[in-house]
Amino acid sequence: MLNFALQFFNGLQITVVLALASGVLGSLLGLLVAIVKLSRLRVAALFGQTYTTIVRGLPELLVILVIYFGGTAAITALTGRYVEINAFAAGVAALMIVFGAYCAEIFRGAIISIPRGQAEAARSLGLKPWQIWTFVILPQMMRVALPAYGNLWISLVKDTSLVSVIGLTDIMRVAFVGAGSMRAPLPFYLMASALYLALTSLSLASFRVLERRIQIPGH
Amino acid sequence: MDLGLIVESISVLVHGVFLTLSLTLLSLVISFFLSVPLSLLRASLNRTLSASVLAYTYVFRGTPLLVQLFLVYYGLSQLSIVRQSLLWPVLREPFWCALITFSLNSTAYTTEVFKAGILAVPRGVVEAAKALGLSRFMLIRLIIFPLAFRTVLPSYANEVIGLVKASSLASTVTLLEITGLARRMVSETFAPYEVFLAAGLLYLLLNFTVSIVFRFLEMHLARSSIRVSKNGTAYPVTSWLSCPWKAMSKRTHTNPSTHSL
Repeated sequence: MLNFALQFFNGLQITVVLALASGVLGSLLGLLVAIVKLSRLRVAALFGQTYTTIVRGLPELLVILVIYFGGTAAITALTGRYVEINAFAAGVAALMIVFGAYCAEIFRGAIISIPRGQAEAARSLGLKPWQIWTFVILPQMMRVALPAYGNLWISLVKDTSLVSVIGLTDIMRVAFVGAGSMRAPLPFYLMASALYLALTSLSLASFRVLERRIQIPGH
Repeated sequence: MDLGLIVESISVLVHGVFLTLSLTLLSLVISFFLSVPLSLLRASLNRTLSASVLAYTYVFRGTPLLVQLFLVYYGLSQLSIVRQSLLWPVLREPFWCALITFSLNSTAYTTEVFKAGILAVPRGVVEAAKALGLSRFMLIRLIIFPLAFRTVLPSYANEVIGLVKASSLASTVTLLEITGLARRMVSETFAPYEVFLAAGLLYLLLNFTVSIVFRFLEMHLARSSIRVSKNGTAYPVTSWLSCPWKAMSKRTHTNPSTHSL
């Protein structure tokens, strides 16, 4: 078990980096889709709606498998020889797609909750559209979106364990390999549970602090 | 993209629908019956009772389902007490391990969902029922639970959809439900697009059915409450009726009641 401490540490690093990378990319994707869904462009809004509807109805594991095996098949077809795509890249892409779909819905709701007058007032002050978004709408919608966003982030941390299925050596994979080689599954999976619980607890606590910090007194 | 292969994949994967459905529905029923008493304990004023249920839900909602599944399937067999016990024939089978894990996991989420509903029942209603002399059991059965269930129906629908999706993890413990069959088929045909597209279509169909069922359930409950009383505030769920898909959100990790804005 002690020999695996280093491996667990490396697994923990991979899990955290994977969650952060797909979280950041997924948030950007979600924000983009939310803005597109609220735009006047009917076709674009329809595309956004289709994306969020389909992805939220699919199991996360299936999305990961599609990206991994589909990506491998695509690159193999393009290059003419068998190339297995990087499990980390496939994991980031798949989790980004899943995270983005849920994020889009959260952000859309938060944007709608900002009174129209805010954007109108900003426009009458002569702010450009990008300034309206970055200085008026985004700071206000963060406050509304944060609780749901925190929940979603915790789901993402837990979903990273699914990437072990395609062979990425995250916490879960380290536990799986260790359990197999030492013929002692119980301590390894308990260790993995403890690490995940620590990660989710830490996330929960940080989001609580963040929520309290950006709260307007009296609201 | 080969259309014929998609049709062929669907005809193969349909055989997995039964296993997916039986895992989902059985764990749904088990978790419902477990979480009703647990949510009452969780919502009780007794700190110790509430905290002990919270410890259970916190751990099960804070760790990935995959780890829980592997703990039950691989981990328990390490203990010789388990191997020698009468339950061993059950715990040896991947199906029962998956069912136990999904039920325990879903109970944790459902308990928190129901608890939020119980806390949302207006105090005055409970006091009025007490004043009429209802026993504790009747109070829960006739007043608290029906009202709470109606309030949390949208969140409960999310939980059910989450469970359908979670059942795909059963493929990691050798069960051949939709995802398991799809993975096997991909390794045989090496045609990932067609096979996974077929699997995705089946899951979308299942989840769409779930949301339709809950939509009708909500309409039915909303209508029956109109007939019984003219209390217009008793059904705050009508906004969800317009689009069932919009209501789908990730299973919430934290207490939903503290996080609603």
